[in-house]
Amino acid sequence: MDTVTAPLTIADEVLGVRDLRKLYGDTLVVDGISFSIRRGECYALLGPNGAGKTTTLRCCLGLTRPDGGTIHLVGEPVPREARRARIRVGVVPQADNLDPDFTVSENLVVYGRYYGLPDREVKRRLPTLLEFASLGHKKDARIGELSGGMKRRLTLARALVNDPDLIFMDEPTTGLDPQARHLIWERLKALLARGKTILLTTHFMDEAERLADRLAVIDHGRMIAEGEPRELIREHIEPQVIEIYGDGARSWAESVARPLVPRMEMTGETVFCYARDPAALLDALEAGPGLRYLHRPADLEDLFLKLTGREMRDES
Amino acid sequence: MSAETVNATTDSTWAPPRLSWRFIPVWRRNFLVWQKLFVERLLTNVVEPLLTIAAFGYGLGSLLPQVDGVSYLQFLASGSIAMSVMYSAKFESLWGAFSRMHVQKTWDAILHTPLAVDDLLLGEMIWAASKATFTAFCILVMIWLLGIAREPLSVLVLPCAFFIALVFSAMALIVNAVARSYDLLSNYFTVVVMPLVFLSGVYFPLTQLPDWLRTPAEWLPVTAAVNLVRPLALGRWPVEPARDLLLLAAWGAVCFALALGLTRRRLLK
Repeated sequence: MDTVTAPLTIADEVLGVRDLRKLYGDTLVVDGISFSIRRGECYALLGPNGAGKTTTLRCCLGLTRPDGGTIHLVGEPVPREARRARIRVGVVPQADNLDPDFTVSENLVVYGRYYGLPDREVKRRLPTLLEFASLGHKKDARIGELSGGMKRRLTLARALVNDPDLIFMDEPTTGLDPQARHLIWERLKALLARGKTILLTTHFMDEAERLADRLAVIDHGRMIAEGEPRELIREHIEPQVIEIYGDGARSWAESVARPLVPRMEMTGETVFCYARDPAALLDALEAGPGLRYLHRPADLEDLFLKLTGREMRDES
Repeated sequence: MSAETVNATTDSTWAPPRLSWRFIPVWRRNFLVWQKLFVERLLTNVVEPLLTIAAFGYGLGSLLPQVDGVSYLQFLASGSIAMSVMYSAKFESLWGAFSRMHVQKTWDAILHTPLAVDDLLLGEMIWAASKATFTAFCILVMIWLLGIAREPLSVLVLPCAFFIALVFSAMALIVNAVARSYDLLSNYFTVVVMPLVFLSGVYFPLTQLPDWLRTPAEWLPVTAAVNLVRPLALGRWPVEPARDLLLLAAWGAVCFALALGLTRRRLLK
C-alpha cells in the first residue's frame, strides 16, 4: 500500500511502530516509542498505570491521532487506513463492554455484523467460539448472569469473531481472581499455539513473564528496555534476590548487609538485596537479627525497580 | 510542531462526514434491543399521545370553537403527531444514546471494529428516525380508529416523520456529545425542548402569538414539522412544503455536522 515505507517493513511484521509521540496538552504521554511485532509472537507492553500503554494501543488502532511517528497495522498505514486494518484485528478492552441487553450468543452475532460478517457465518463459528470461551452451557444466558471471569472470556471470544491476525489485549486479567486469571492465560497460550499474534499491555509482572515472548518496559511514555523477559533479567539483574522486611530492616541492612552484597534497593519497608552469591548475607540473616526475609530468583519486578527506581505495584 | 499538531487534530475532528452502509449493523443492534422490549414500548407509544388527545382534545376541545377551520380535537391530534415524533427522536438520541455511549460503553466496543464515529452517529440517527416513524404510525392508526380523521393523504405523514426525526435526533446528539451526566439531558429537555413545543403551534395556532414571539418561532424546526404534518394528517397539502423541508434540512445538516465533530472530539481524543 504505502510505497515509501514498504522497503522498511519486514515481511512478517504484524505491527510496526516508529517513534510514536502523543501529547495531551503540554504533557508528552507517549514519547518516541518504537517496536515491531512479528507474526505468531506475544509482545507485552509492561508499565505502571499512566505509563502510556493504553494511549499507545489507541494510536495503533487509529482511535487516537498521534502527534508524531508512523504506525503500520497488519500492513496498513494508521490512522489513514485504520478501518481497513481493524478488519483483521481483535480487541479485548480494559473494561468489559458487552451488550447487557443480549444473550451470550447474541453478543457474538451482533458483534460479527460490525465486521460485515453474515449471521449464518457467525452462527457457524459460534460453537467453536463458545467452546473456546468455555461458555457452551451459557449460550442463552444474559450478561448480568455471568461471573467476572466468564465476561472476560466472552469478551475474548468476541475479539475472535472476525478470526483476526492480531489481538490487542489491554490489561486482560485486571480485576480477576487467581483462578480466572489462570484460565485466561491458558486460553491466550492456546491462541498463540494456533499461530495468532498478541499485543498485551499489563502491569502484572507474572503475566508478562508467563506469556510474553518479548516485552517492552514503558515508563513516563518512554521505552526503557526491550527484549525477552529471561534475557532482560539476566542482562540487568543479579540472579539472586533476598527481600528483607519488618521493623529495623532498613537500619540493619545499612549497617550489616550493605558490605555483603553488591547492590541494594529500598522501597518502603522492604530492602531488596541483589547478589550472584548471597551465602554471606543468608548466614548473617540466620545469625538472628529477627528479621523476616524471602530468598528468590530475580524477576521482572526487580528489573523495573532497577530501571525506574520505583516499584511497579505501588504505582497508580 | 505544535501548530501542525493543532491542525492535524482539527482536521480530523471537523472533517466532512464519511457516510457508508456500515451504519446498518448499528441500526440492527438497536432494533434487536427494541424487539425484546416491544410490548412495553408499544404501550408508551400509544398511551402517551392517547392521554394528550383525550384530556386536551376531548376535554378542553369541547369548550373551544373551531381552530383554523377544524375542530380543536382534530387540530391537536394532528399536531401531536409532530410533537410525538420529536419527543421520540429526542428521547432515543438523548437517554438511549447516552447510555450506549457513556454507561454501557457500547460505542467503545463498536469503534474497535471497522466502524467509524460517522457510521455510529448515522446509525443512531436512522434508528431514532425509524422508531419515531413507528410512533407516528401508531398515532395515525389511533386517529383513524377514533374517527378523528380518515384521509388517504395522511400516509405521507410517515416519510415526513422520518425526515423530521432525523433533524431532532441530530440536535439531541449534540447535547449527548457534550453531556457528562444524565442531568444535562433532563435540563436540555426542560429548558429547550418543552418551551419550543409550546411555541411550535402544536397546542394553538401561531397567529395567536405576538409578533416578537411569532417571527422567531416561524424559523424553528418544530414549527416546520407541525406545518408539514398537521395538514397531511387531515388530508390537505401543506401551505409551503418546500420552505418547511428546506428549513428542516438546513437545521439537520448543521446539527449533524456539529454532533459529528463534537462526538469525534469526545471519543477519539
